[in-house]
Amino acid sequence: MPTDTDLKQLRVAVTGGTSGLGLALVRRLVARGARVAFVARTARAVELIAKETGAYGIVGDVGRKDDIYPIALQVTGNLGGLDALVNNASSLGPTPLAPLADTECEELEQALAVNLMGPFRLAKALFGALAASARDGRGAVVINISSDAAVNAYSGWGAYSASKAALRSLTAIWAEEAKAEGVAFLSLDPSDMDTPLHALAIPDADPASLKRPEDAAAEIVGALIAALPNSDARPLAARA
Amino acid sequence: MIAVDRNERQSAKLLVVGADGGMRHLPRDALASLFDPGDLVIANDAATLPACLKGVHCANGEPIEVRLAAWVSAGDPTRFVAVAFGAGDHRTRTEDRLPPPPLSSGDRLAFGALEAVVERPLDPPCLFRLRFLGDRATVLAGLARHGAPIQYAHVPEPLALWDVWTRIAADPIAFEPPSAGFALDWRTLVIWRRRGVGFATLTHAAGISSTGSPALDAKLPFDEPFRIPERTATAIARAKWNGGRIVAIGTTVVRALESAATADGGVSAGGEIARGRIGGGTPLRVVDAILTGVHQPGESHFELLRAFAPDELIERMAAALEERCYRRHEFGDSVLVERAHAAEFA
Repeated sequence: MPTDTDLKQLRVAVTGGTSGLGLALVRRLVARGARVAFVARTARAVELIAKETGAYGIVGDVGRKDDIYPIALQVTGNLGGLDALVNNASSLGPTPLAPLADTECEELEQALAVNLMGPFRLAKALFGALAASARDGRGAVVINISSDAAVNAYSGWGAYSASKAALRSLTAIWAEEAKAEGVAFLSLDPSDMDTPLHALAIPDADPASLKRPEDAAAEIVGALIAALPNSDARPLAARA
Repeated sequence: MIAVDRNERQSAKLLVVGADGGMRHLPRDALASLFDPGDLVIANDAATLPACLKGVHCANGEPIEVRLAAWVSAGDPTRFVAVAFGAGDHRTRTEDRLPPPPLSSGDRLAFGALEAVVERPLDPPCLFRLRFLGDRATVLAGLARHGAPIQYAHVPEPLALWDVWTRIAADPIAFEPPSAGFALDWRTLVIWRRRGVGFATLTHAAGISSTGSPALDAKLPFDEPFRIPERTATAIARAKWNGGRIVAIGTTVVRALESAATADGGVSAGGEIARGRIGGGTPLRVVDAILTGVHQPGESHFELLRAFAPDELIERMAAALEERCYRRHEFGDSVLVERAHAAEFA
């Protein structure tokens, strides 16, 4: 595949960037020339992916409030601003999956911390940078990675599902409120993918029946570009 | 949040000193309805660095606190002009802190995993040039992990970054928060937009406000880099052309705009350095009003107001602030000073 460099003006941050969809997003964005910073919890994995891709690696846990501003500082300090934030990092809640009656309170809190509070806090900390980018005429977009579990009730997925439903709602409100500042908010469901998170949830799933994270990443990058001004983006369906 | 919690934000006060010399005491929320359609509000969107680092002088093991105070090269986080303090913490007034260990060129300093070398001492000896070891990403990660925002003796609990980033904070290049911007929130910007009041930003590396060393404080503010976006310069020209007022949120915005002023009353876009002080007698070519915090006579922030209004009015303002118990400091109440009509005070 030829390497595109059409995104070289774009500054993007991706959370959960060392595996699954997040890693596929980092690789794709870097290959297309974007300036990318990614966040993940494990220092060793961050170092490896930073070395492999040339993206800025940031060690941090989006589920911890104390980590949010240090992450925001490194994102804007390294990229010199921010045009797009992809809140991709997710927690499944209890693993193996458990019915709500067997879910510990702390497990639900952890899922909410990573899947809801993390994206909220990070978008809030970076909103000034995103709005500055929009004022500059570059546009700005936040993509929150959702799931069909945000709208459907699947037994065993309670913690994850509740957190993703709340994130979906949060994204819709952000989208309304931030429109005036020129910052777009999108909730995107990449559908079931062959990722470590999915394997953790359904260990015996047939990988062949699952979407490749690289394909999902291509769709998400397409949606990201389409949300920015002056894009010649085609409808999302056309690029799948 | 500590100092700027929701209740304090909502109960904050605002003294408006009008161009005619009149004074009004308002809740700060009234800011949303103060300006007229066509006026343009300009704020500093700099985010604040965790510019205070505690560590040790590697050669002798003595504790040292370093406050980053100025850029050597704007935006390069590996080199800074810094101020050193000895043992102690922010609860001791900077004036009363112990002196730092003597610093010589080549000395190594360690702040956790973040290491630095003294490039050269400056005058006075607590001021020096410092270079962190490592590339941009390493240094930013080290600052994020081991640095804290510059603390204040009047705020006993430690401040974290979320206490010192304004709502509009974007590029982390300020050493202390551009604190007039704490008065802004997104709700106010929505109301201004609805009412036809313009809003634009510039980015100015607000520097440290005091060091505790009289010799050093006399040199403040240091030269500060700033950047005015093309769109902001255009918005200023348009507002001026249409007879709108230019309202600066904070002294850094005044410094930047007046430094970049052109002969026709506009400003030139781009990156520049703000030098020198603004005070009584400094002609203002761009800014018509300033929103700022409550400062004390003698402080550079206070003295800057003398460019907007004659001394007699500034003294009356100071007395009114004192009488009504306006809260000073970075997280306190606000003052809006309109540039006085010369005729009113002739």
